[in-house]
Parts: sequence; structure tokens; C-alpha cells
Amino acid sequence: METNYSVLLNDLIKAFNETFLMCGISLVAALVLGIPLGIFIFLTGKGMLWENKITNFIGCFIVNIVRSTPFIILLVVLLPFTQLVAGTAIGPVAASVPLAIVSVAFYARLVESSLHEVDKGVIEAATAFGASHLRIIKDVLLPESRAGLLRGFIITAISLVGYSAMAGIVGGGGIGDLAIRFGYYRYQTDVMFITVALIILLVQGMQSFGDYLVKKSDKK
Amino acid sequence: MIRFENISIVFPDKKRSFKAVDDVSFEIKKGEIFGIVGSSGAGKSTLLRTINLLQRPTSGNVYVDEQNITDLKGEDLRKLRLNIGMVFQQFNLIRSKTVYENIAFALKIAGKTAEEIKTLVPEALKVVGLTEKANAYPANLSGGQKQRVGIARAIANKPQILLCDEPTSALDPETTESVLKLLKEINEKFGITTVIITHEMNVIKKICNRVAVMSGGEVLELDEIFNVFASPGHEFTKGLINHTINLELPERFTEKDNYEILKIVYKGDKAEEAVISQTIRKFNVDMNILHGKIEYISGKPLGILLVRLDGNVNDVTRAKEYIRNNTYKMNVINGN
Ligand SMILES: Nc1ncnc2c1ncn2[C@@H]1O[C@H](COP(=O)(O)OP(=O)(O)OP(=O)(O)O)[C@@H](O)[C@H]1O
Ligand SMILES: [Mg+2]
Repeated sequence: METNYSVLLNDLIKAFNETFLMCGISLVAALVLGIPLGIFIFLTGKGMLWENKITNFIGCFIVNIVRSTPFIILLVVLLPFTQLVAGTAIGPVAASVPLAIVSVAFYARLVESSLHEVDKGVIEAATAFGASHLRIIKDVLLPESRAGLLRGFIITAISLVGYSAMAGIVGGGGIGDLAIRFGYYRYQTDVMFITVALIILLVQGMQSFGDYLVKKSDKK
Repeated sequence: MIRFENISIVFPDKKRSFKAVDDVSFEIKKGEIFGIVGSSGAGKSTLLRTINLLQRPTSGNVYVDEQNITDLKGEDLRKLRLNIGMVFQQFNLIRSKTVYENIAFALKIAGKTAEEIKTLVPEALKVVGLTEKANAYPANLSGGQKQRVGIARAIANKPQILLCDEPTSALDPETTESVLKLLKEINEKFGITTVIITHEMNVIKKICNRVAVMSGGEVLELDEIFNVFASPGHEFTKGLINHTINLELPERFTEKDNYEILKIVYKGDKAEEAVISQTIRKFNVDMNILHGKIEYISGKPLGILLVRLDGNVNDVTRAKEYIRNNTYKMNVINGN
């Protein structure tokens, strides 16, 4: 089949926009919900400020379910929920619902593990000086794990590009979907190569930008 | 100022529970530098941490300023902690904050306004002599400087009590010296009641007024440090002190078991110093000084001599009796 490059360009722009929309919504969710969830799981852990076995277990359990369910299955299982939240089950906004849930769980776990890197002694010192829990979170935990949080965020964003490719199943669109449609179903290898190259560029760019931010923020 | 009343702390363990602190009672006076010494695992940190309730006792009570603090919670506990500074072995500074911000952090917790912080931080930095490092990050400081920041942070809010958990254990001897000097200066300048944990008698000797010796969760003895050094009551304490006041004789002396070696401890005042020469004159004996040392503890000299007496048996016996009666302590450490 002949490739019409001006049409392809339009398709690519549209696909990129959809990918950015899906990833953007999901990443905002990761920041707004994933960080608090990660902090919560961390603080209810053993020997921590809010140590509580049951709540910690529930938190970990939910995160693990979401993370270990294949995304494609999650996508389907969540359809009724997506319908409820987004008002529709198809399109990039609808696809953002399961994507957001995955990225919240994914990032929460990364947040938790970066928080474990924070020196317990520093938390203890803050406690000894009479710091409230909120202040410990704000002035100790978050700044001390800043590099780890940033790194985790980049990993989440990059993984999302991959997950969002599957969103094509519910008509989510995006570049991954484009690559599959043209390359896999229509055997337009050149289109597939171009798209894949662009995805690689995108991911590499995100990684480099992330590394740059980490380096800039890391004053240790 | 700080009083422990029958404090016991038990850590539940899988097999059997472990008693880290065992029925400890004593009092730390206002304004003194109090040392807690003991080997690793003795329960020193665990006991110290009950003063600001980082550790709650399993039983017993802790009093600060005659207030029973054992069950304080929430805002009351926070208020108590604002009045107690703490210095750590590993410094525990916030790495992502500058020296200035680290100190400001402690003041912010204490509810100080931005204005107050602006004057209090430089004040604290001046006390520890690190004014020019205000904008440095902890990673760019030496161990001694980090500990100075730790101390500045602990005293910035002008607390009445300063707890130091092995403040010099991560430092080299020279830096240790200067940090101890600083702690002493701060104690004298602000009258801050200071509690120092260490496993080195040397640290105790340099700055403490009184010391509690801990082992296996118990306080073995507690006294003015001069008394502990002059007459340790436990083998364990003697072992600790021997690291500092070490009078070791070459083996050829200790092997000859038919010689008596006398260990004379004297508190170094004039009358006692004369005892030696008087003994020689009075009893017609020869005295060989094998080893000797004077330590200054809390500014008071503590002398130790190892000597051997030669002469006829009667003279030696009477000479020994004379020395025993006229010095602080005399015992035979070798011979038959
Ligand atoms: N949170 C805890 N859970 C269980 N056991 C503990 C806990 N904290 C301390 N212990 C135990 O209690 C004992 C006393 O510990 P502590 O830290 O008070 O000793 P220490 O005298 O300060 O020793 P070091 O010189 O090594 O610091 C140790 O055997 C330690 O293993
Ligand atoms: Mg300790």
C-alpha cells in the first residue's frame, strides 16, 4: 500500500496529541494521588510514624493488585467504572481512567521505595525536635527523597507511553495505537518504523530531561 | 532536673522478651554535665531516649523539672521536646537543606517567626564557630563541622536540656577534643543541663561532672567522676578506667612473684606527696618507683604510683602500713 505522507503527518500529530493527553492526565493523577498514597504506605510501615499493620497491608494489597494485573485485563475490567467517571468508554479521555489508576499504583510504589532511602536518623532528629508529622513529610521526607521521586516520576511517565499503546483497544488512540494499526494490521512497515523511531525519541528525550532534572536537584 | 524512677524497658522478641533497661533510678542535676558510660548494648541510648520519649519506658516514670512526663502525648509532648535539644552520633542533618536551613528548621518547629529565625540562626552559628558555612550543604562539611551544625541546631531554640548520644564517636581524636570543648563552653555559658552518652571514659574524664556506669541494662555505679576514677567500685568500671589510666609494667616485673609491687593512689595534695620521702627517711627502706602518672580529673590531680620497697621485713611492713594510712589508697598488686 502507498504511503501518503501528508496524511501520515496529520495522523502522527493527532496520535501524539492523544498520547500526551492520556499520559498527561495519568501523570497528574500520579502526582496528586500517587505521592500521598506512597507516603501513606510508607508511614504505616513497620517502625514508622503511623505504624499500622492492617492499613499498611490494605494499601500494599491494592497497589499490588493493580500492578500485577495485566493492563489489558485491567482496561476491560474497569470499563464500567470508566463509563461512570468519563461518561464514555471510548476515546483518549476514557482510556486515561485505567491509565491513571495504573500510574497512581505504579508511582505510589516508587514513592514508597524512595522514601525508604531517607535516613531514619534524620526523621528521628526531626521527631526529637518536636516536629509535627505534617512538617516531617513536608520538610524532611519530600525534600530528602526529591531525586528518587523525580526518577520514579520519569520511570512512570515512560512506562505510561508503553501502557497507552494498549489503550487503542478502547479506541484511545495515541502513537502506540498508530504503530500497531499501520504496521501490524496494514503491513505499512515504513509507517511503523517512523512511529517506533518517534516513540524511541520521545522516551529517550524524557529520560534525558529527567536525568537533567535529577542532577540539577541533587545537592548532596 | 531529670529523674528516672524505676525505669525498665523491655523489647518484645520472638522467642523471649529482652530487657534493655533494668529498674534504673537516679537523678541528673540542673546545669551539670552528666555522663552515661558503658559498653555496646548496655542500654544507654534506650535510657537516654526516654527523656524526650523517643522511647517510652515499659514501666517506671521519668520526671523533667519535677513534672512526670512519662505519659505525655500530642501537643504536650511536642512542648516538652522543644525544651530538649538532641545531638546524634551520625549528625542526622537534613542533606537537602543548607546549614542555615537545617538550623532554621528546628526553629520553625518551635514556632519562631521569620524575624526571630533571622537573628537566632546566626547566633547559634556563632556559638559553634561556623558563621561562614551558613550556606554550605552538609555533604561539603567535615565530620567535626557537621557535628557543630548538629549542636547549633540543638541549642538554637535555647533548650534547658541537651542530650548527646555518642556525639564524638564518629570523629577523630582531635576533632573529638574540640567538640567536647564546645559542649563544655555551651554548658557553662547557658547553664544547659547536658547528658552525654559514650563508651569512652576519656570523654567522661574531659567534661563530665558525674557519671553513671551502665552494663546489661543496669546502673552499676554513679558518682562524681573523680571518685569513680579514684576508687571504681566494680570490675567493669576498673576495666573502662584502665583504658585511660593505664599503668602497665613490663613482664619482667610481674613475673618475679616474690617481689611486692605496691599501687599507691593519692589525691595529689601536698601532704600526700611528702609521704613518699617521709617513708624512706622514717623506715630506712629503699623505694623504687617503677611507674607513675598524674591525671587531672575535674581539675583535681589524681596520682598513681607503682613502687617496690626494699629493706628488712619489719621496716617494709611498717612502711607499708604508714603509706596505707597516709595516702588515699594503697594495695599490693603483685607478690606473695
Ligand atoms: N527498638 C528495639 N527493638 C529491639 N531491641 C532493641 C531496640 N532498641 C534497642 N534494642 C536492644 O536493646 C539493647 C540496648 O540497646 P541500646 O541502643 O540502648 O544500647 P547502647 O548502650 O546505646 O549501645 P551502643 O553503644 O551500641 O549504642 C541492645 O541489645 C539492643 O539490641
Ligand atoms: Mg547507643
